[in-house]
Amino acid sequence: MLQAYVMNDSKKPSLGTALLLALTIVLSAGGNFLLSSGMKQVGSVEASPLLAVVRAIGHAIGRAEIRVGILALLLWFICSLVVFSRIDFSYAQPASAVGYALVAFLGYAVLGEAVTAARWVGIGCICAGVTLIGRTPPRTTA
Amino acid sequence: MRTTVCLSIVILAGTGGELLAAHAMKQSARLQVISGSAVGTLLQRAFRLGPMWVGLMLQALAFFTFLALLSWADVSFVVPATALNYVVGAAGSALFLREHVDRTRWAGVLLVCVGVAVICASEL
Repeated sequence: MLQAYVMNDSKKPSLGTALLLALTIVLSAGGNFLLSSGMKQVGSVEASPLLAVVRAIGHAIGRAEIRVGILALLLWFICSLVVFSRIDFSYAQPASAVGYALVAFLGYAVLGEAVTAARWVGIGCICAGVTLIGRTPPRTTA
Repeated sequence: MRTTVCLSIVILAGTGGELLAAHAMKQSARLQVISGSAVGTLLQRAFRLGPMWVGLMLQALAFFTFLALLSWADVSFVVPATALNYVVGAAGSALFLREHVDRTRWAGVLLVCVGVAVICASEL
């Protein structure tokens, strides 16, 4: 099993790796979405004075949304590292860009944000790009 | 000139840091094959390797340079421009990690790069 783990020359990543990659995308999109949503409720943070910035950060960290967002991004970082150990960086890095599309979709579906034509074009390009990358072997090194 | 230098640092240090972290994780995974240990040990071993720490420092440098860059450059230029990370990432993978980036993968990377730039530009 470990041999198969290292020398995975198949056209598709293993189920475990695919799930881990999907998890990194969801954690990144979800974490950024929660941070963005939480910070919008905290309000605009002025760059000065320093004490006001520290108070605003303290207030932000006190919010459950922000804490869950930070936890999600921490888990995203760990999962990304594990993904990098399993498949090519040139496969995993662009594939994770699906998160941009997911955030745009979450904004549209959950927050009722307007999605412009340009944004749909961007989402289309990312999906087409990721589909092309998905047609290449996930691991090309021993 | 200042903007070009800082943007280059953001892209090169950010992607370079990720590439070094990926390199450390791959090295750690090779060690894991011998002992067959769990994910926790894989990470523990990776964090004992120099490239991981250099990678983290480069990512920190990229982050703070990005913040500094935003203090004078237009965000509508800076954020979409950082989509070049994907192109630099693919080139770095081929050069330093010896990955085989074929034409299909390059086409996919370029499409993703354009898509991210378009989304970022439309959000500003």
